[in-house]
Formats: sequence, structure tokens, C-alpha cells
Amino acid sequence: MTYLNFTRGMVSALALVAAMTGTVGMAQAKTDIVVGMQLEPPHLDPTSAAAGAIDSVLYANVFEGLTRFGPDGSVNPGLAASWDISADGTVYTFKLHDGVTFHDGTTMDAEDVKFSLDRARAEDSVNAQKGLFAGITDVTVIDPLTVQVTLGAPNGSFLFNMAWGDAVIVAPESIENIKTNPVGTGAFKFDNWVQGDRIDIVKNPDYWGEPAKLDRATFKFISDPTAAFAAVMAEDVHAFAGFPAPENLPQFDADPRFQVLIGSTEGETILSTNNKQAPFDNIKVREALAHAIDRQAIIDGAMFGYGTPIGTHFAPHNPDYVDLTGNSAYDPEKAKALLAEAGFPDGFTTTLKLPPPSYARRGGEIIAAQLRAVGIETEISNLEWAQWLEQVFTGKDFGLTIVSHTEPMDIGIYANPDYYFQYDSAEFQKIMTDLTAATDPAARSALLKQAQEKISLDYVNGYLFQLAALSVANAKVMGLWKNAPTQATDLTAVYWAD
Amino acid sequence: MLRYVLKRLVSLVISLAVASLVIFLAIEVVPGDPAAYMLGMNAQPDTLAALREQLGLNGTIPERYLSWVAGMLQGDFGTSYTYRTPVAEMIGERLWISLPLALYALTLSTLIAFPAGVWAASRRGSAVDMGVMGVTQLGVAIPNFWFAMLMVLVFAINLRWFSAGGFAGWEQGFFAGMKSLTLPAIALALPQASILTRVMRSSLLDTLSEDFIRTARAKGLTRRQVLWRHALRNAMIPVLTIIGMQFSFLMAGAIIIENVFFLPGLGRLVFQSISARDLIVVESVVMLLVFAVIVVNFAVDVAYAAVDPRLRGRR
Repeated sequence: MTYLNFTRGMVSALALVAAMTGTVGMAQAKTDIVVGMQLEPPHLDPTSAAAGAIDSVLYANVFEGLTRFGPDGSVNPGLAASWDISADGTVYTFKLHDGVTFHDGTTMDAEDVKFSLDRARAEDSVNAQKGLFAGITDVTVIDPLTVQVTLGAPNGSFLFNMAWGDAVIVAPESIENIKTNPVGTGAFKFDNWVQGDRIDIVKNPDYWGEPAKLDRATFKFISDPTAAFAAVMAEDVHAFAGFPAPENLPQFDADPRFQVLIGSTEGETILSTNNKQAPFDNIKVREALAHAIDRQAIIDGAMFGYGTPIGTHFAPHNPDYVDLTGNSAYDPEKAKALLAEAGFPDGFTTTLKLPPPSYARRGGEIIAAQLRAVGIETEISNLEWAQWLEQVFTGKDFGLTIVSHTEPMDIGIYANPDYYFQYDSAEFQKIMTDLTAATDPAARSALLKQAQEKISLDYVNGYLFQLAALSVANAKVMGLWKNAPTQATDLTAVYWAD
Repeated sequence: MLRYVLKRLVSLVISLAVASLVIFLAIEVVPGDPAAYMLGMNAQPDTLAALREQLGLNGTIPERYLSWVAGMLQGDFGTSYTYRTPVAEMIGERLWISLPLALYALTLSTLIAFPAGVWAASRRGSAVDMGVMGVTQLGVAIPNFWFAMLMVLVFAINLRWFSAGGFAGWEQGFFAGMKSLTLPAIALALPQASILTRVMRSSLLDTLSEDFIRTARAKGLTRRQVLWRHALRNAMIPVLTIIGMQFSFLMAGAIIIENVFFLPGLGRLVFQSISARDLIVVESVVMLLVFAVIVVNFAVDVAYAAVDPRLRGRR
């Protein structure tokens, strides 16, 4: 072998190795992205399951509704270009965008809107948020681009409700296979799903609005926190939404290759209390519980410092939020005094049932220690989600539990006396009825503040913290959402800086 | 011989029937409603009822057991509650990862264990022997998921030779597929290779102390000739038994390794299905694994009888 041949051989061998190990440099800005996520969607129909993972992949990317959430949680026009609301607040007339087609080529028009809304509110509907559509009495097609929705009573949050992933517009032509082949109107088209591994979406060249900047995006499902860390570090994934290992974030922050995005979610994390179970039916006991909890210690210990303390069931980033943490300031002496006043000078024993997320499991241990300090003993049991839903949520067989309520603007759950924490207050229910009927922004704001104060001073639950939205991404990935106003990974504005 | 095979066949069918009943009942008593899990916290009672009806969860337990078994006999494993795709199809796809992974790991462990075991046995008491025994002791003791993480740290994060996990897909070519299975296969193979090396060594040492070996040596064969021609063959029986057993261990052991490397294999499917209460998938996969073990045992029994005529007369 001559020297030249030898060199050539070496070069091609090296090139082969480089190709195999994927270290070949890229000349221009990338147009594809791999996004890591912890949970895989069970199927791909956002209108028939509660799984947030479905929206995390498809919301805004593949499916769109009449209205949509912006990165700050505001409600913006979606497929509806504009709307008129009748003077009494019961009739909404939506004007749809012209020239919108589904990914299968069929036209999106008023008939599809009617189909989607009627399907969601039908008797045999399996929509996980059927309540969003409960107020609708009629949907009428005026012309192909105009649709009229009539409500039984005015509902100030109707436009907000229509922005949920559960209210996206689907087509009768493609509904049958929606669970495996979702056909929407978004800037990305569904391409491929390797179950257990990944979902690919590609740019929709015929998109009616601002086109996507990426050509292709892959959602990769990595459930193990250590594996998630390794995948980001090895740059196998370019962004990880909802990063499951907060303890590793400082390491990414210190590395110039990465950016760490810390935002807010709609997840009010609370120490849910069974208001109908003794001794929690006594407000003094619930008040004692509230003062026994040191929120900051829980945020530091369970969430590595990520999270905002809350004093009521409301997201701190919302303009109507009132900081009521003072109502339940950490004061173990006061807690003991209140317990004595309530007739439990020596404390009592109760159950603490914990679902799988780390905020609950880690937070539970810390809360148990804090409660023990004021004389309340807890029997901790760790449950899987399915068990938790059965025992706690449906069976209401619990004293205390920790859970994050991730639905946006869900303070209304306190008006339902059958909801699992069983808070039954006529006064609060009246505030909510007034709120639903109110359309004047100032009046709504006042009512929302009143509602927050009411549940804070009734000490319905122990209000802990607002769950943080933690994402890690390659430093060159731009346009990712920092906050998570709904479960979404909106990639429509994402691009690579070169 | 035919009588023996028929007898084993009857016991195979009985084992399968009992296993299916045990699996079904064990999984049915697991608390948690699949429909409630799917619809979450805001579901309304009428929606739950509609979904339960759709999923066919409303029948009685004997009815559902019989329809499950009847379906399986026709090759129909039912439809996954969560994914809404046929279970048989899902299992088929996942097997394309789990089976090659198990075979790869088995090959690796055999390739390591054979020479190491023979080498150690042929130099009993030497530094080599001590070294091999020490390393295998460590190999047995180290948890494979920890070793897996260590390899990811070194080969994926620092050296960038491999990706940290995931599966490239066979459509990317054989080598791309094998490359994504390499680290997981090494992690799986390490403890198995250690065990196999030790079995190989001790089995060989036992054989080397037998009378026929002494006879062969007395005939004038060298140590090396005796080792390769006579001892190795006779030492293989326990080794082959262990290899056979390891295969089922590898299929099950992959559950943890598949999660560390986020490989979409059978183990990960079981893991996800259990937490999602996708009971029909769990039942079918467990049944499939049991079926594989029972059938392999049956094949081994028959093979023993073919090899060793003394076994045919028994029982």
C-alpha cells in the first residue's frame, strides 16, 4: 500500500467513524429539532382524554381552536378571526378565517366548527372537559365562514374555554382515525408515531397563517430523569420541556451550550384536605394546618427552590391574583394553640396519600415532619395515579393529599360540593354564579379577588406553591415558551439562531 | 418417545391454562379504573360511563376472561385501552427491539464468558484465574442499571461515541440499529457474562478431575488436547442450561435497561401500561413471556430426552 492510498484509507475510515458517531459539523442553521418530554401521549385525540401529553405535542402545532392561548396565558383569536357578542352575553357570532384547510386537504368551515362543538357536548361524548361546553344550547351555521353559538346563560369565560386543547376544531372526514392519525389545521402536520419512542411532525406548507420556521420536529419520550439528563447533555435532544430533574438545572445553567427556562405554570400545588372528614370539618383545625406549614422549606426541599408560594388557589402571574400568603404564615406556636382551641391539645392522626410526582412524594415527607412538630401524625401511603383517582378523587377516602391542579383558571372547582375535597360554601358558590354571569372586566376582577379571599380565609386546603415550568434547551434554540399557561409545546415560532 | 412427548405436551397445555387464569385474576384485582385514569380529574360521570362502555369494561369477570382467552387462541390479543391499537401489533413492533437486544446481550455474554472461563480453568490458581474470578465477582455485584448510567456518562456525554439512548430504527440500516443497542446490550451482558464465566470455569474444573480425563492424559494426550477434545464438550451441559435460562432473564431484565436507555421495547411497554392501567396490554405481554418460558422448557425437556435415552423411560 502506497502512502497516498494509506492516507486515503485512513481519511475514509475516519469519515465513516465520524458519520457513525454523528459529529459532522453543520454548515447552516438547522431546521429540525428534537424535543424531549417525560410522558408519552396515550393517543392523539386531544378531545377525548385528560392526558396533558397529548396537548404537549399537538396543541397549536397540529390542532387549533376558535381561540388560542398566547405564551402569557392571554386568549387570542385562533381559527376565528373575530367575534361579536350579543348585548345579553348569550350569543357569540364567530367569523372564521378564509382559506383554512385541514392537513388532508379538506376545507375548514363553519360546518366543522358545529361538528366539533356538537361532538364535544353530545350525550355519548368522551371529552374529559365536557364541562367547558355545558352552557352551549345551540350551534348554528350562518354561512361557511360564520357560526353562531348560543349559550343558556351568559358565560364570561366562554372564549377562554374555547382556547383549551379539548375544544380544538376537528373534521368529520378524519375523526375516525384521529387517535392514531390526527388531522388538524395547524402549522405542522402529523407525520409519524413510533409508539414508546417518538412522534414526528413536519411543516405544513399550506398553512393559512404565519408559517412555521422549522421543517421538522421530533418529540422524544424519555421518562427516566437520569436518562433525560444524559440525553440533553449528550445533545441528543435539543430542548426538554418539563425537565424532570430540577437538581441538575444549575449544571445546565453554568454550561454555555445550554439555556435554562424557568417560568410559571397553571399548577396550583396544594395540600388537599378532606373538608367533610373529622377533624378537618372544623375550620380551626384547617387553620392550624395552614400555619403549621412552612412553604419555603417545601419549595427548597422538594423543588430545589423552583416555585412561587401561594396563599390561595390562583396563579400568581394572573393580573387578578391577590397575595394572601399572609393569611397562612408559618407559625407553629399559633398552630398548636389553634389545635388546642379546637379540642386537640395532643394533636391527632390522619392519612396523607401521595400520587407519584416528585412534588408530592418529596413534599409529603417534608409536610409530614412539619405537621409532626405541631402534634399531627400522618400515615403516609404512596399511590399510583390510577389508585389515587380511585381512592382519593372518586372514593374521597383520605385525610390529606398533595396534588397540583394544572387546569388553567380552575378556582370554580371550589363551587362543586362533591369535588373530592368537599368544600361546601353557599357564599362561595354565589360568587362563582355571579362571576359566570358577569361580562364586565372590572366586575369579574372584583369577584375573582373575592373568591380567592374566601377560600383562603376558609382554609379549605393548604396552599403551597405554584409549580414552576422548567425547561432546558440548546442555547441556540429560540422562540420556546418559558411559561406554560396550558400544557403545550408551541413550536410554531421556534427557530435556530446560527 | 412419543408417549413422553405427549405427556409433556399435556402438562404444557395445563400450565398455560393455569397461568392465564392466575395472570388475569392477579391483574383484575389491581386497584384503579382505566377509564378514570384516561379522563382525569374533570371527567363527568356520564363521560366515564360512555368510555367504560367503549372499552368493554362493563362485562362480568368470567365473561371478560373467556373473551380474552378465546381471542388469544385466534391470535387476537385485544385492543389497548390507551393506545387504541391492536395489542398483537404493538407487541410485534416492540419485539423487534427487545428480541435483538436480548440476542445481542446473549451473544456478547457468551463471547466473553467462553474464553474467560476456559482461560481461568486451564490456569487454575494462577494470577489469571484470580483476576478473572475477581472481575466476575464485581460483574455479578454491580447493578446493571448503574453500570448503564456510567457507560452513558463516559461514552455518550464525554466521548460522544454513542447517543445517550433511544433507538435509531431498523429502517436506518442494520448497523445504526445495532449501534443504538450496543450500550444497552453491554449493560445487560455484564452480569450474565460474569455468571456464565464462573459456571464455565467450575464446570470445566469438575470435568477435568473426572476419571476419563486422567485416562486420556495417561494415553499420552497433552493438557491442551484433553481440554479441547474431551473436557470442553462434557462441561457444556450445565453451561447450555444456564444460557437457556439467561435468555428469559434477559427479556425480563430489559425492563430497567430499556428505561435507562429509553428504548421502545417490550419492557418499557409493560412499565407504561402498568401505570396507565392498560390492563389488557399487561395481561397479554405477561402471558406471552410465560408462554415463551413454558415452550422453551418444553423444548429443552424434549431435547434432553433426544440426547439422553435414559430420560425417556422416566415418569
